[in-house]
Amino acid sequence: MRAEAACFHCGLPLPAASSWTALVDGQPCAVCCPGCKAVAETIAAGGLSSYYHSRTTFAAQATPTVRGELQIYDRPEVQTGFVRSAGPDERETTLIIEGITCAACVWLNEKHLAGLPGVTGVEINYATRRARVRWDASRIALSEILAQIESIGYHAWPATSANAEQARNRETRAALWRLFVAGFGMMQVMMYALPAYLAEEGDIGEDTALLMRLASLVLTVPVVFFSAAPFFRGAWRDLRRLRPGMDVPVALGIGVAFGASLYATFTGGREVYYDSIAMFVFFLLAARWFEMRARQKAAASLEYLDKALPLAAHRLRNFPTGFDTEEIPAVSLHSGDLVLVKPGEAFPGDGNVVQGETQCDESLLTGESAPVHKRSGEPVFAGSFNRLSQVIVRMTRVGEQTCVSGVRRLAERASAQRPGTAELSEAIASRFVAGVLVFAAASAVLWLFLDPSRALWIAIVVLVVSCPCALSLATPTAMVVAIGSLSRRGVVVARAHAIDALAGITHVVFDKTGTLTEGRFGVVATTPQAGIGFEQALALAAALERDSEHPIATAFAAATLNIAPITASMIRNVPGAGVEAFIDGVCHRLGTQPFVAGLVDAVPTTESERASVTRVWLGRQGKWLASFDLSDQLRPEAQAVVRRLQAEGKHVMIWSGDALPAVRAVAWKLGVDDFQAGLLPQDKQSRMLALQALGAVVAMIGDGVNDAPVLAQAHLSIAMGSGALLTQAHADVVLLSGRLQSLVEAIDVAVRTRRIVRQNLAWAVGYNAVALSFAAAGMVTPWLAGIGMGTSSLIVVLNALRVRARRDEGRGKRGEGMSAMRDFSEDPISGSLPLTPRPSPLVPRP
Amino acid sequence: MDILYLLIPLSVVLVFLTGWVFWWSLGGGQFDDLEGPAHRILQDDDSP
Repeated sequence: MRAEAACFHCGLPLPAASSWTALVDGQPCAVCCPGCKAVAETIAAGGLSSYYHSRTTFAAQATPTVRGELQIYDRPEVQTGFVRSAGPDERETTLIIEGITCAACVWLNEKHLAGLPGVTGVEINYATRRARVRWDASRIALSEILAQIESIGYHAWPATSANAEQARNRETRAALWRLFVAGFGMMQVMMYALPAYLAEEGDIGEDTALLMRLASLVLTVPVVFFSAAPFFRGAWRDLRRLRPGMDVPVALGIGVAFGASLYATFTGGREVYYDSIAMFVFFLLAARWFEMRARQKAAASLEYLDKALPLAAHRLRNFPTGFDTEEIPAVSLHSGDLVLVKPGEAFPGDGNVVQGETQCDESLLTGESAPVHKRSGEPVFAGSFNRLSQVIVRMTRVGEQTCVSGVRRLAERASAQRPGTAELSEAIASRFVAGVLVFAAASAVLWLFLDPSRALWIAIVVLVVSCPCALSLATPTAMVVAIGSLSRRGVVVARAHAIDALAGITHVVFDKTGTLTEGRFGVVATTPQAGIGFEQALALAAALERDSEHPIATAFAAATLNIAPITASMIRNVPGAGVEAFIDGVCHRLGTQPFVAGLVDAVPTTESERASVTRVWLGRQGKWLASFDLSDQLRPEAQAVVRRLQAEGKHVMIWSGDALPAVRAVAWKLGVDDFQAGLLPQDKQSRMLALQALGAVVAMIGDGVNDAPVLAQAHLSIAMGSGALLTQAHADVVLLSGRLQSLVEAIDVAVRTRRIVRQNLAWAVGYNAVALSFAAAGMVTPWLAGIGMGTSSLIVVLNALRVRARRDEGRGKRGEGMSAMRDFSEDPISGSLPLTPRPSPLVPRP
Repeated sequence: MDILYLLIPLSVVLVFLTGWVFWWSLGGGQFDDLEGPAHRILQDDDSP
């Protein structure tokens, strides 16, 4: 049983036939791929291997970058957009670093960069994953800094969208300021309230009591009118639309309690509720603050759209008479400009091909890595890659008007939806308000007959005691804890209902490509002929494919990261057949069998064709050298995940647009009986409808745009972090880490969350029912009402914290010495949730 | 207990003073990264 065998670097299960090991501190450590090996050894060579002891989550699987575009960042005209001058040779910029999952990552990046000669300052913000880097331009180039970040397994690019970040900063600061005002008001008002609770009648002089009430009032005014302003605004908006949400009872509770206290202060009334108001506002704002943080994290995951757009463009000055180009920053392009795009570059804007013919990788938009052929007159899109040959494009839309910017705006809007507020409590809220108002009025009328002098106060007590603290906190607190807990596992929850839906799913449908499989080619088998080594064959193939951007070339590049490269010259690309080049003066070919057979006379010795495998051949003048099987590899953890889902009684299905043999091979391997191949997007959608008509609650996991309709139809849509952005923008849940394992963890958390939300709601409703009847009966004194209000919220908050109780289960093997770290501050929520207990009255009142 | 007539208003003034200090540090960006420093101090090795 090798279930425990996981890659030392990224934590993915080791492929069965893997033999890669990395030397870290003299210890051989098993890793899953050459990419992880290279990264682990770079980290160890820099003396930074303590990263492995202190990290709390595994790193992402290292993927080699083939888009060798970093040099472009060195050009002064490109740098104008994001580099500031901080001295004669000193430059400063802000980089976004992708792949930071825990504090140790921050440490690793800071140490590694600070150790580079020429880098004078590095500072990484853990929350926003932005690095401020200062360097001496005469000693190191920006591209070298970026390349160094790549070498330790992260990806970095300059942050160009400064406005969005500023807006986010302002929002964060404003929210924190409101929270702090409420918090400090709460603490100090409590100080004034405590003596009143503890003292016997007559212990406190009239004047002192009035002074303390006035002081409480002075401190409560900013809490009510500044900190609680969003609730009043929300309530007003809801009322105008006649759709009361949770803000209405909250605003009503605060307003009535404050009004009654104000009245009591100046007329010498018996009780004031300033302390309860301040505490309630503080609890609510704290819950909202954490919600906002979760939302910003979700939005941050969409940042890498920035990276897709090139920073510079080659504009043609006097086309069609000449081909003179000038380098200009992409931001200063205008629609109508003619731009030359070379192979390997990204298109700087949307446009139409004017001259030339090429193949484009539009995976940014579609998630489909197969290249799309573009002829003259056909549209190309910003952010897609030119793979084959150079073309001239007339720009039609640039900057904010491009298709990819549209996707980005869509995604931002989607993520701006508040996560964590469940519709259930909103639905309860509107009925709750009406019910409480009717109840308060009824009890006031009743008491007018019994004892008119008490009628008003009893109505107020009913309103205060019913102040929906517990009810309004019941769901959001649990959701926020769950969202925080999930985001540490690389799962971004983007929609409110997702957690609830996740807990109740009965069917799980996978799209094959990119979810159960990696979605990219890998070399699965190498069959060298006699007289040639395994590594040498791979190195030869990689040399031939060196200049290509084809997925097959990427596979060879990934397979030969740690093998000494071989130089090939006169590389010639034969479309549809393969490549030909000279190595040491001998002609070599890599490609289809007939193409390579043109060099060799004999028929190759091995001959076995498997479905779903692409086979390419390597030969040189007069001799077969090797054959390679390339395939879209199954994710290593797919089998375990499918088993686990099936064990939990969920029905697992595969719906794919691919051909039957490939789908069947995957389904059989995973033990999935229910699979469909060759489905069109609308087929999938109608199947989904049929399934839902039978009462199934379906979670759909997909990654391409072709899945968008069916994802929208599913109860719960889950996208892979590596998939198309458009899909991610529509998904309820995004598995950012690209690890399927996190799906199972997410379901566990969701089930636990739902249980706790139900407990909370039951408690809140029960408490309110009991408290209301006592209040209406005139048996609750106002101070008791305040205390009941406080404790009921506290119980709800404490209960919600139990969501993350068993959080470390099923997270695989990890380094030593981390437990101490984890207890400190891995969790953004536990560290600081307000748990100030309300002082209980030790001495009962007469 | 006459001192209370001084101390209670004083405490109110103190709260506002604290509020102002916080406002100042918030504007200075000291609260922009709430998680990093906690980790950094644990991982800092100043050994030469």
